[in-house]
Amino acid sequence: MELTYEPRIVGFLCNWCSYAGADLAGTSRTNYPANIRIIRVPCSGRVDPLFIVKAFQLGADGVLVAGCHPGDCHYSDGNYHTRRRVGLLRPFLDYLGLDKARLRLEWVSASEGKRFSEVVSSFTDTLIKMGPRSS
Amino acid sequence: MARVGVFICHCGTNISGAVDVARVVEAAQKMPMVVIASDNKYTCSEPGQASIRQAIVSNKLNRVVIAACSPRMHEPTFRKAVSAAGLNPYLLEIANIREQCSWVHSHDREKATAKAIELVKMAVAKVIRHEPLYPREVPVTKRALVIGGGITGIQAALDIANAGHEVVLLEQEPSIGGRMAQLDKTFPTLDCSACILTPKMVDVANHPKIRLLTYAEIKEVRGFVGNFKVEITQKARKVDYSKCTGCGTCWQKCPEKTPSEFDLGLGKRPSIYIPFAQAVPTKPVIDTDSCRYIKYRQWLAAGEQGKKPPECRICEKICPTGSIAWDQEPQTITEEFGAIVVATGFQVYDHRHYEEYGGGAYPDVISGMQLERLMNASGPTGGEIVRPSDGTHPKTVAFVCCVGSRDQAKGRTYCSKVCCMYTAKHAIMLKEHDPDVQCYIFYIDVRTGGKDYEEFYLRTLDDAGAIYIKGRPSKIYRDGKKMIVLGEDALMGRPIELAADLVVLATGMEPRTGADKLAQKLNISYNTYHFLVEAHPKLRPVETQTDGIFVAGACVGPRDIPESVAQGSAAAAKVAGLFSSDTLVTDPITSVVNRERCTGCLLCVAICPYKAIDCETTRDTRVVAVVNESLCKGCGLCVGACRPKAIDLRGFTSQQILEEVNSLWS
Repeated sequence: MELTYEPRIVGFLCNWCSYAGADLAGTSRTNYPANIRIIRVPCSGRVDPLFIVKAFQLGADGVLVAGCHPGDCHYSDGNYHTRRRVGLLRPFLDYLGLDKARLRLEWVSASEGKRFSEVVSSFTDTLIKMGPRSS
Repeated sequence: MARVGVFICHCGTNISGAVDVARVVEAAQKMPMVVIASDNKYTCSEPGQASIRQAIVSNKLNRVVIAACSPRMHEPTFRKAVSAAGLNPYLLEIANIREQCSWVHSHDREKATAKAIELVKMAVAKVIRHEPLYPREVPVTKRALVIGGGITGIQAALDIANAGHEVVLLEQEPSIGGRMAQLDKTFPTLDCSACILTPKMVDVANHPKIRLLTYAEIKEVRGFVGNFKVEITQKARKVDYSKCTGCGTCWQKCPEKTPSEFDLGLGKRPSIYIPFAQAVPTKPVIDTDSCRYIKYRQWLAAGEQGKKPPECRICEKICPTGSIAWDQEPQTITEEFGAIVVATGFQVYDHRHYEEYGGGAYPDVISGMQLERLMNASGPTGGEIVRPSDGTHPKTVAFVCCVGSRDQAKGRTYCSKVCCMYTAKHAIMLKEHDPDVQCYIFYIDVRTGGKDYEEFYLRTLDDAGAIYIKGRPSKIYRDGKKMIVLGEDALMGRPIELAADLVVLATGMEPRTGADKLAQKLNISYNTYHFLVEAHPKLRPVETQTDGIFVAGACVGPRDIPESVAQGSAAAAKVAGLFSSDTLVTDPITSVVNRERCTGCLLCVAICPYKAIDCETTRDTRVVAVVNESLCKGCGLCVGACRPKAIDLRGFTSQQILEEVNSLWS
């Protein structure tokens, strides 16, 4: 493993909670590693498992899907569908030769800027420890 | 062929302080389909917007990327700018290089710049696939719901009604009036609170455009701006208001007495009651927790187990109009509204959490609100300020500020804003009631931000002779008849021990219990304390992230009366603005079905949270899904669920999102 290894993370963030939480991290100047590239989606339920697989196929070291806390979805129950979809996709990562820990599902509310930065920091740390992908 | 213009903002030094903007411009110029890339000190300013408009025209741009602050901040601003240059406003994409880049990677210019370049690249990849979108118009129901009948809600309801629109004012308690009705006098003018509030309560009751729904709660909220459908639970009052005249015979004769919520347990009220003498409506409700006959009926229903409660029914026997309705059950009312104002206010922090001060344990340690009730001429003591323990007049009174405020140990870090001022008011009032009283006030800082507030505070020192001691007491305990306050005089740097007759804890504000649940029903945000979150703390203080839902008063954060009233009026102005046109423009970001691809599995119909998808039969007799665009909110849940990939979401198409991902590795 090179010392300069910088994992690349693709983050799919729902507009109402997690994207706003990421904005709040900025407004409160909470630094976190610059390894994440955020894609804004209206709801975490908009995330097609295909997007996640595509990111891994292209070479992403980690994928973060973040939405509103259960019960707080702006669209009432979109995040429950997200939870199931990610839950169903996760076993297939094994099949693709990927460590399951490379896919993270997190609930980050619009008021949890600090939590968002913690999520990114800890995910980045985990990926650095795991090292570059072997497949 | 897309012709993309990329405009990168410095945001003063907010972005350029961490990101090398020149390098981002240079990189953007080389991106596919990019015709022009330039930077600007302040893109959102008029000169900044003008340069974008000019660039669109002179370079014949048909797609625009702006790399600046969050789209949640200025997307509407920039859509207008793009639109002014003749471009469809939805052919714009914003790269968030401030909140999600420069502000969080300020420690590493190299990485921040690299990230900003990639964010721009993603936005370019997405914008190329944007299609022009056209908003639709929907009718507006010009009827407002105001939740909460305190001073904020009253003000909002009156202002909306005076603008000519129907209002339903909903209150969960039996009377409107809120916390202000409990106060004795108001700072800094020492106006009698009831004297300025109750006329407004009567105005509400008499206003032809206002319908009052007391003792009622929100059950469910559906719909969207201009078209909300709200289910309201009318709690069972056990009194038929169509017959009741409010004569008062019942509540005078009811033999059961229970602690009064309005007097914070210092006095008692009957089981059939109005909370206070000037209540609106002046019609009673039966408290089913304490009523003797209700208990008797429960005893009968439970198979006559245990001791038989008295079968009272006195109110029923003496009611001259036969209004008592024992079998009344909660009812659900469904109403339609175009806008909702949330003004659920605050509750006083429960001083029982302060065991070290004996809050709730010692009768002579009371909260500021309890002192209000003791001072009030219509309070439990008729305005006599006496010790709850033995009814004697206190001569030495100690006040402790910041109880439930600015206290990390209690999980309440915010300043409640009003406690310094109401403590000053209490000191002045106590001296007016009894010139022999000496007040000692333990404080952290005295905060008097407000018109005439500092002058009022100085009166506590000059006229009332109160002694301010800097420092938070460590302990309060009883010694004989005295309450001993242990603390430190932080300015003198010495311990202090004060024997007081009465201790008043200046308790702070917290949101009403259940504010979080209500926010969830309304789909609006709340913070860790459950205060509601406004769309922007400075520039959109009464709006929320959900269109058509407004917030006002102390449910958003600690507020005094003038601020609450101002916010009530502000929310009303927003509602009146919304109701000024007959139709509303809706977001065109909705799902759309490709009928050729649709297999008619209708999984989308089942999954849609808004029942926005229906099915229809095509001419070749195939069943396909069809989206009702005025109901669709654009969540995109159906897109992920669609197996043949027949549904897509405008503005966030699968192809666009995949292009964003792709761009990171191309």
